Amino acid sequence: MMTWATAAPAISATFLASIVEVVEAFTIVLAVGTVQGWRPALAGTAAGLGVLGLLVLALGPVLDKVPIQSLQLVIGILLLLFGLRWLRKAILRAAGIIALHDEEQAFAKETSLLQDAARKRISHLDWIAGLAAFKAVVLEGVEVVFIVIAVGAGRGLLWPAALGALAACILVLVIGIAVHKPLSRVPENTLKFGVGVMLSAFGVFWTGEGLGVEWPGHDAAILVLAAIFLSAGLALISLARRPVEIAR
Amino acid sequence: MTVLRLIFDEFVGLFVDDEQLALSILAVVAGCWLVVHYVHDNSITIGLLLLFGCLGVLMASVVKGARR
Repeated sequence: MMTWATAAPAISATFLASIVEVVEAFTIVLAVGTVQGWRPALAGTAAGLGVLGLLVLALGPVLDKVPIQSLQLVIGILLLLFGLRWLRKAILRAAGIIALHDEEQAFAKETSLLQDAARKRISHLDWIAGLAAFKAVVLEGVEVVFIVIAVGAGRGLLWPAALGALAACILVLVIGIAVHKPLSRVPENTLKFGVGVMLSAFGVFWTGEGLGVEWPGHDAAILVLAAIFLSAGLALISLARRPVEIAR
Repeated sequence: MTVLRLIFDEFVGLFVDDEQLALSILAVVAGCWLVVHYVHDNSITIGLLLLFGCLGVLMASVVKGARR
């Protein structure tokens, strides 16, 4: 049965993760639309969304056939790999060890690539521009699809998880169309840190369930696990800011 | 084909960025599975082993990243 203790983290995890991914895809589609016009940008986006739709349609029936405990174990392990990777990167970025992702820079890079192609009078420029939009939508969208399936499939929460992702897409598109420039003020690393915390908590929970662990408090244990990962993540940010002391 | 290859690489990259981090996570899960399988213990101890194993792996990976 769906409880708020599992539904709320699932919805917020997919919502926040999808904001990060949709912002990145939007930046590239915007660059394509600005330089080469909206026809190839929208065609590439539509083709990308079509591929993602097919992926979801193909995966849905497969998931129904896998026994729940095996599904929880596999998804839990994938979530641990994915969540801890995001969390590690967000910690190193917050500590100033690796550079923050810059949407303005990504927009400038894509714009410059397309302008270069236009200057060289490359034929099929619409095709190249459409392909750039297609790649951005598919590559970022695959991450959204994975997160929705991973946090939703283990407890029959696919619809709430998908709604979280859909809400993020609508929000980014509405704001993006209104401001008509890269959404560089989105605190991307903070969102990635938060999502990394939640996905790691889901990962430990599902992997544990897949191994047969009976968590005290059942689904509410996810919130406790998230609090532990949050505290550890914050502690690691301050620890990583002092690499010289750590090395001693 | 280049696009398909790029999509495949990106998909693998979703889970494996730092190979050592990925292998360490798999080692923690494998260790927990061995305890469940051979000691027949699937109590909360396994959950704690999994949790603190993952936290240890994360800490080691961050410290290593900070030292680079």
